[in-house]
Amino acid sequence: MSISQYIFWFLSFVAVLSALIVVFAKNPIYSVLNLIITFFAIAGHYFLLNAQFLAAVHIIVYAGAIMVLFLYVIMMLNLNKETEPHKKQYVKLVAVVAAGLLMLTIIGSLKGAEAMVPAGIVNNNIGTVELIGDKLFGEFLLPFEVSSILLLSAMVGAVYLSKKELH
Amino acid sequence: MQPLLIKAILVVIIFVITLLVALYATFAERKVSAIMQDRIGPNRAGPFGLLQPLADGVKMFMKEELIPSLSNKWLFIIGPCIALLTSFMTGVVIPWGGSITIGETTFDLQITDLNIGILYLFGVVSMGVYGIMIGGWASNNKFSLIGAIRASSQMISYEIAMGLAIIALVMTTGTLSLKDIVMQQDAGFANIVYQPVGFLIFLICAFAETNRAPFDMPECETELIGGYHTEYSSLKLGFYLFAEYINMFVSSAVIACFYFGGYNFPFQTELQNWLGFSNNVLSILQVLAMFGKVLFFIFFFMWVRWTIPRFRYDQLMTLGWKILLPLALINIFITGIVMYFSGSIN
Repeated sequence: MSISQYIFWFLSFVAVLSALIVVFAKNPIYSVLNLIITFFAIAGHYFLLNAQFLAAVHIIVYAGAIMVLFLYVIMMLNLNKETEPHKKQYVKLVAVVAAGLLMLTIIGSLKGAEAMVPAGIVNNNIGTVELIGDKLFGEFLLPFEVSSILLLSAMVGAVYLSKKELH
Repeated sequence: MQPLLIKAILVVIIFVITLLVALYATFAERKVSAIMQDRIGPNRAGPFGLLQPLADGVKMFMKEELIPSLSNKWLFIIGPCIALLTSFMTGVVIPWGGSITIGETTFDLQITDLNIGILYLFGVVSMGVYGIMIGGWASNNKFSLIGAIRASSQMISYEIAMGLAIIALVMTTGTLSLKDIVMQQDAGFANIVYQPVGFLIFLICAFAETNRAPFDMPECETELIGGYHTEYSSLKLGFYLFAEYINMFVSSAVIACFYFGGYNFPFQTELQNWLGFSNNVLSILQVLAMFGKVLFFIFFFMWVRWTIPRFRYDQLMTLGWKILLPLALINIFITGIVMYFSGSIN
């Protein structure tokens, strides 16, 4: 195995392990911290795929901003085991059925995936800032602008909802 | 010599220099505050008090180490480690000088030149907040928690204005690599001439990101005892305090690189042609110029700390969201218009 394969397996192991801890940890703070480790492992995968820009933005946006807000809220609420709300029995049953259906769908869609041949890397600089900028502001300009308007409207909505009680 | 060995030596040198500068920054802080308040300052340990940082360090080591019994032990230890680690990691992409040739090999006085250098800096800085948050929460103390929450909200708020100030800079320079930004300034004007407003915003945000006065809300003594490090003692407290001084050192270096030409000094090529010295000598002079700029900005940080009183918390948020953020957006807009009409973009 080459060194990048070793790194791949190591990162995958870390990502899966920390993702499992996110789900199984009793303390929500541990869940959040392990989710951050998962994000780092995935950013490492982006680096292996030569997508440096994506890796950096992934760290800045998810690990650096969104997870800080998660941690912030959980620390403020000071959640612990005693105050954790207990769901009703039938809600748990519905959740199990829904998750089982989702798993079936995923298995169904992945069936036959091993026959597919991954396309070779066309361009070695595929993840550089210059290339992504060219694509985003050239070929994909309209979707890019539309998605920014979507984000703006979400922001305005959030501000409106939080200000509603003040008036 | 092997390239890897050279890099390893460079890493060690920069690590040691960072430690030394941070060590003597604590001494300089006390001396500067003493001068500003018409006192003498520390002068007992060694000649002119020069061994004071050593004495402080020994004191930190010898203090009894307390871990509160109701705290979360692992996170309590991890907190200061993250704070110190992230502050060391930011120094990696900073170019300290030109290149030096020994024998036949030429190497740059920079650990690594990432082509996403600015994004790397930003990512590492945004990790720094976890050190404070985790430490503050794990202490299991109301004052620590409030300090941690203040720190995180303050750093997130000012990161936005800081990022927008950098976007205007990236527009004019057209690169995310710190080395390229510095090399573009080796002739002509430094970036401060093109981005004065961006510089001002970046400088204010740098104060907020390093938690320095007048933005030292997270450790506001009059309201929060010691803020996020109330429960910390001994070397773990030392880690937090040290991380602040390293952050200050690195921010000074980043400000020098972004807006003041980095290691370049005025008339360097003319001087080299006139005196006819080699590139190695030029590089050494450049390193000195870089450190001159960095030390000036460290002094500037201290100057501001002992001059301006602390903001109130709502004033801090107002400044970040209602003044700096719109100002940075207008700065981007004006930069774009000027670039369009001056024909540097089509």
